[in-house]
Amino acid sequence: MATDTEVLVLGGGSTGCGIARDLAMRGLEVTLVERGNLTHGTTGRMHGLLHSGGRYAVSDQASARECIQEVDVLQDIAGHCIEMTGGLFVQRPEDSDEYFQKKLTGCRECDIPARVLSGAEARRIEPYLAKDVKRAIQVPDGAVDPFRLCVANAHDAERHGARIETHAEVVDLLREGDDIYGVTVRHDSGPGKRTHKTPGTTEDITADYVVNATGAWAGQIGAMADLEVAVRPSKGVMTIMNVRQVDTVINRCRPKGDADIIVPHETTAILGTTDEEVEDPDDYPEEQWEVDLMIATLAELVPILKEARTIRSFWGVRPLYEPPGTGTEDPTDITRDFFLLDHAERDGVGGMTSIVGGKLTTSRLMAEKISDHICDKLGHSASCDTADVPLPGSENLEALEDAMDEFGLRSPVARRSTQRLGSRSREVLQTTDPNPVICNCESVTRAEVQDAIAQSGSDLNAVRIRTRASMGNCQGGFCCQLLANELHPEYDEETARAAYDELFQERWKGERHALWGEQLSQAMLKYALHATTYNADGDPARTGTDVNFEAFDGGQTDTEAGPSGVVATDGGPRNRGGDQ
Amino acid sequence: MAITDDVLVIGGGLAGTVAALSAAEHGGDVRLVTYKQSTLRHATGLIDVLGYTPEGEGPLADPFDAIDALPTGHPYERVGTDAVRDALLFFDALTGDTYGGAHTDSNALVPTSNGTVKPTARYPVGTAPGLAADPADTLFVGFETLPEFDGPLAAKHLEAAGVPFETRGVTLQFPGIKRADAKVTRYAHLLDWDEAVDIGRGETGARAALAAGVSDALEGETRVGFPPILGDDNHDVVRRDLEERLGVAVFEVPAGPPSLPGMRLEDQLYHALEEAGVNVTTGVPVVDYQAGDGDRIEHVLVDRKGQQVPYAASEYVLATGGLVGKGVDSDRTHVFEPIFDCHVAHAEDRYEWFVDDAFGDHPFASYGLEVDNELRPQDANGDLEFENLRAAGAVLSGYDFAAEKSGSGVSLSTGYVAGDRAGAEVSG
Repeated sequence: MATDTEVLVLGGGSTGCGIARDLAMRGLEVTLVERGNLTHGTTGRMHGLLHSGGRYAVSDQASARECIQEVDVLQDIAGHCIEMTGGLFVQRPEDSDEYFQKKLTGCRECDIPARVLSGAEARRIEPYLAKDVKRAIQVPDGAVDPFRLCVANAHDAERHGARIETHAEVVDLLREGDDIYGVTVRHDSGPGKRTHKTPGTTEDITADYVVNATGAWAGQIGAMADLEVAVRPSKGVMTIMNVRQVDTVINRCRPKGDADIIVPHETTAILGTTDEEVEDPDDYPEEQWEVDLMIATLAELVPILKEARTIRSFWGVRPLYEPPGTGTEDPTDITRDFFLLDHAERDGVGGMTSIVGGKLTTSRLMAEKISDHICDKLGHSASCDTADVPLPGSENLEALEDAMDEFGLRSPVARRSTQRLGSRSREVLQTTDPNPVICNCESVTRAEVQDAIAQSGSDLNAVRIRTRASMGNCQGGFCCQLLANELHPEYDEETARAAYDELFQERWKGERHALWGEQLSQAMLKYALHATTYNADGDPARTGTDVNFEAFDGGQTDTEAGPSGVVATDGGPRNRGGDQ
Repeated sequence: MAITDDVLVIGGGLAGTVAALSAAEHGGDVRLVTYKQSTLRHATGLIDVLGYTPEGEGPLADPFDAIDALPTGHPYERVGTDAVRDALLFFDALTGDTYGGAHTDSNALVPTSNGTVKPTARYPVGTAPGLAADPADTLFVGFETLPEFDGPLAAKHLEAAGVPFETRGVTLQFPGIKRADAKVTRYAHLLDWDEAVDIGRGETGARAALAAGVSDALEGETRVGFPPILGDDNHDVVRRDLEERLGVAVFEVPAGPPSLPGMRLEDQLYHALEEAGVNVTTGVPVVDYQAGDGDRIEHVLVDRKGQQVPYAASEYVLATGGLVGKGVDSDRTHVFEPIFDCHVAHAEDRYEWFVDDAFGDHPFASYGLEVDNELRPQDANGDLEFENLRAAGAVLSGYDFAAEKSGSGVSLSTGYVAGDRAGAEVSG
């Protein structure tokens, strides 16, 4: 069967969701398809740095200017997704004075507020900076929750009539002659809202225009219609610490290099990153040396990192692109700007544009430019409002402070919940039912989990990215089962069990890279709890083992009490009531 | 001058307490030094002996058949099957009528809070009426404010696991609990002392109010499973009172931490230590040791608020736990035993410490000390680390207790043997 839409967006990352929101607000009929969860590709696998632009102030001033403008915009429209921590570009004694000066001049040229601090002044802001730090430049960097930002965009797109279809993988582009007119998607066999269609079925979605916003996967999509999109996927590792060793974004002030950022993020700090080109964005090695390099190099800036506890590491793949013939060798030198590839102009094939490159901080602006292009193509005239209209959760943030205490939650829990939910707090948390905490590490209550389930269905990884449940120190050790419990009875037992299994394995994937010291101990506790106490590994429902229950001890039988009787603690027979 | 005893046991979990108790039977002076709250509080209070073979075969109806076939180096192989039986007898005598399972060699299958069944050899008597081999229809009762146990979901899951009885679940409000974040001890306290609770039309006792709610939900089931919150000090009275009021059997479904059944067992063990005259020193870590003549430990050093105080003994038992209890610790390149630096065999590359499946065959799960048949730790060459040191419990290598469901059985057996041998040495 086929469905039709005006614009079809491929990819549920920050680019795709931004475009979907923008076009839906301009009154177009939009469908977005994503093969996994929202943020499943690169968006959900980044360090969460909200760029002031300081990072690009020397190498790419156009991007730097866009960054500082968008930081202002995001403070207005997405206050609940960002934390303005401030940032420092830190110079060590061995780092070049000349570059420090260039960075400072560059920031000023791009209108990025920048102030020079002495080593001592920098350490007053961040006491764990190394004693021999020479100077620093203070800039308005921040932290952004990419999940929250992306989900808020998708949520708002839906409010404007868009259809957002996750767990729907594009298996073919529909092309007739020189025209692309839609795609075939395969709906995942997963349960619940993972699919609005019958699991395992395919659906043709036709559209007036298709936007390929699949980032590092854009080449694979292009190839389905014999179009070449020479995206150069480049992997980077991020290592998550168990606490915030710093409350300010720390950048190393040198031209380029691996392991030069520390971003405070919610309860954690994220170390980043490396930059290495890979062949296949779905299959690349995740290597020990990358984690070790991260800790060793960043410990030069913040020495306590050497002994600190990491809770997991993860890798993301940047969708780097450069126009044919540029021939840059080192991926760190490839521009971070985005490219709009209109296949009509480029390949003579109409109906589709591919978007590659770009970064989260400027994703709204990027979506605006692309949406302008698409409206132009479709002859649709409407202005862009995305810079002025707050995202759901960021409306009336002032009023939120007053509302903090009213949800009957202990205040640290209330504070964390309202930070995540922003202006949606009241709507989500105002419940007359008991509202226990489900995830203690991140202070996530039942009401917030249920709200996420209502949005995303039975996929607990989708609940995770919405709430941060299972993302703290214990990595789901204590809450995986509790989260699965929350799915019942809306979803059946088998669905809840599968969701638990999927979340448990997903958490383990990142934990493996942090297995020493405290976190190895934590991993053993988690394994012991789930295998010993719950017997999740030997569960007959999972293994399919046909257990001969009769062969097992059924309790000490007592002739008077009947076959199911058990001797009571005083040795006498116990009355089994209903047996009689 | 060092504080001096005949036997010094380091570690206050199941292995350590049992080691101290079995050493004390020989009559010498025994001291137990324990640092943090023991992992017993995380545990279900069940005594698993062996539920699955190291190859994953199971659940085993008879653990003893499989114990005889365990590979060299497994703690049960080290101490021998008879010692496992002796240790269970020791445990049965210790716990008396508060535990069940002594009447048979067979494992029991106990329903767990997530709705699976797990094999175990001894179970608290409050768990006994819930055994899965008993074909009695069962109602599982969860509470809105206790999110770990979802009665209806557990019931459905047990059905999928193939249990030979009808299961059903309900979720109720727990009478007298106003706050959604009340601790499990609060629930237990309400029932222990049968506190008056407001039921909207006046006050009544907590047990009566709970029974009234459950009674309305019963549809002919002959037993009711609750999360493990049925009292602490008066657990047995609470459970039997509820049975009387409901006219059906009442049991607890073991759950994760904090776990009242684990705490009840801990209380019993510490009470027994007191009865046996064991000196218990709590809240202080053993941080180092002083070597003496030959391959002997002269004394250990205990950290008391930053001051290192010597504790001496003729014989030592190391029962500090595994990775969870920090009896085995690690950094990015090494896995080690932190007090005596006893040899711990492990792969050099830390990416070989684990496998990619979360429930796979993780090498880290069995990292620990290699020991001789007397449970004395050996170095990399197979020579004794010390003549007067024995090791017991999760600090030992050679078994993955989580996969095998053998944790408490190994702690019990090796604690029993290590304490017994240490006690025998000093009583000469």
